Amino acid sequence: MTDTPGNLPRFNKLDVRNLDLFYTKFQALKAVSIAVQQNMITALIGPSGCGKSTLLRCFNRMNDLIPGVRISGKALLDGEDIYDPSVDVTDLRKKVGMVFQRPNPFPLSVYSNVVYGLRVAGVHNTSRLDEIAEKSLRGAWLWDLLKDKLHQPALELPLDQQQRLCVARLLAIQPDVILMDEPCSALDPIATTKIEELMMDLKKNYTIIIVTHNMQQAARVSDFTGYMLLGEMVEFGETNAVFTKPAQKLTEDYITGKYG
Amino acid sequence: MIGGGKNSPRTQKGRIMDKRHFDIELDNLREKLVLMASKVELLINQSIESIRRKDVSIAQAVLGMDKEINLLEIEIEEAAIALIARHQPAAGDLRFLIGAIKINNDLERIGDHGVNIAQNAVVLAALPDVKPLADLPWMAGLAIGMLKDSLDSFISADPGKARDVCTRDDQVDELKDQIIRVVLTYMMEKPDFISHGLTLILVSRNLERIADLATDISEEAIYIHQGKVIKHGIEKQSG
Repeated sequence: MTDTPGNLPRFNKLDVRNLDLFYTKFQALKAVSIAVQQNMITALIGPSGCGKSTLLRCFNRMNDLIPGVRISGKALLDGEDIYDPSVDVTDLRKKVGMVFQRPNPFPLSVYSNVVYGLRVAGVHNTSRLDEIAEKSLRGAWLWDLLKDKLHQPALELPLDQQQRLCVARLLAIQPDVILMDEPCSALDPIATTKIEELMMDLKKNYTIIIVTHNMQQAARVSDFTGYMLLGEMVEFGETNAVFTKPAQKLTEDYITGKYG
Repeated sequence: MIGGGKNSPRTQKGRIMDKRHFDIELDNLREKLVLMASKVELLINQSIESIRRKDVSIAQAVLGMDKEINLLEIEIEEAAIALIARHQPAAGDLRFLIGAIKINNDLERIGDHGVNIAQNAVVLAALPDVKPLADLPWMAGLAIGMLKDSLDSFISADPGKARDVCTRDDQVDELKDQIIRVVLTYMMEKPDFISHGLTLILVSRNLERIADLATDISEEAIYIHQGKVIKHGIEKQSG
């Protein structure tokens, strides 16, 4: 029921096939298989410790930073194996950006935050940077609010604006996929609504995967929902179906509050 | 939509938010329900026309229209259920969605009564002309008027019109009783009129049910727009 963009053909942006992940001896993901469609919002829900954040972090190889992690199975981005030895992780993270639980702008100005990635990538042409900064801030619905405050310290912004600034910082490097790990858990309901509405706007151009503890948030914003429990993908399907006629009893118990 | 550029976010404290995606989905549902209403209104008009003109081809067209209505009913119901499941609506949004499900169901049943009337038209077309159709055309006019006004009251948020519809139901009930009396007398006088007479009674029964369902729709319109329950002679503010 969410307004899916136009008549875009649906195809899989990310394909996960039989993915296992071990933190040393503990198996955090057990034979997970899902297909994440392009220009859709996919939500991962489930109780704490079910593996949803672990799965999310597989998509930009954030788990590589944790010692003792072993992965088997496939995670494909546009058909290319994310874990192929030839993959440049920095390039991967440009394509697959991430927004975290707490807004984490750099202790710099609004403007410097947005163009940070570009400067690191060697772009120093001022008019080019200005152009991308405006476009990115517009994309995160911040331009009208911040166009006269571009040199204000980012950490002085309200939390929801900080979070949207983190989104703008991502947009500047033109990712394909945006991963969101509990992006609203530090925000109040009004600020949460703004982020949710922004997500629904962004999906026209990006593929979004969100991990959320807030089941209602998954129901409101996502096109597809995956319910995870103890490292397994119990059910994955269209959000309308998952929330009105789940195929699995375990999913029903969770979304009706009987479990979890 | 809360959005950038000219239609920028105006969601600061104390201001009403711009249209949410949820509101757009509610608007889409409302449009589908209006489409359903217009299809049902057309079907009923055509079913009455098939009786008036003893035209079997119109009656057959009515059957095709009912199939479209049945599909639309399922579509609307699924959309409303999904919106409730996904958005946990409250207040006016919740009343609209619950009311939409009930009105949708009422409309589908009205469509079925129209089909019954069209099937009766096929029977009547095969019978010789006898007596004029008693007060049936008048009764049909009243029932169709109630249906039209009940749908208007829902679409244009006009509780006054909805209440007016509710007061007209008794008149249709009386007409049905009157038609049955007249037709029964005729049937007793002329047994070869029995088949004809029974068909007319069935048509009047279907028209009476259409008027009842139009009354239900009006009551739902009042509930949706004012939060008042006015069923079964009871009137109270919801909650």
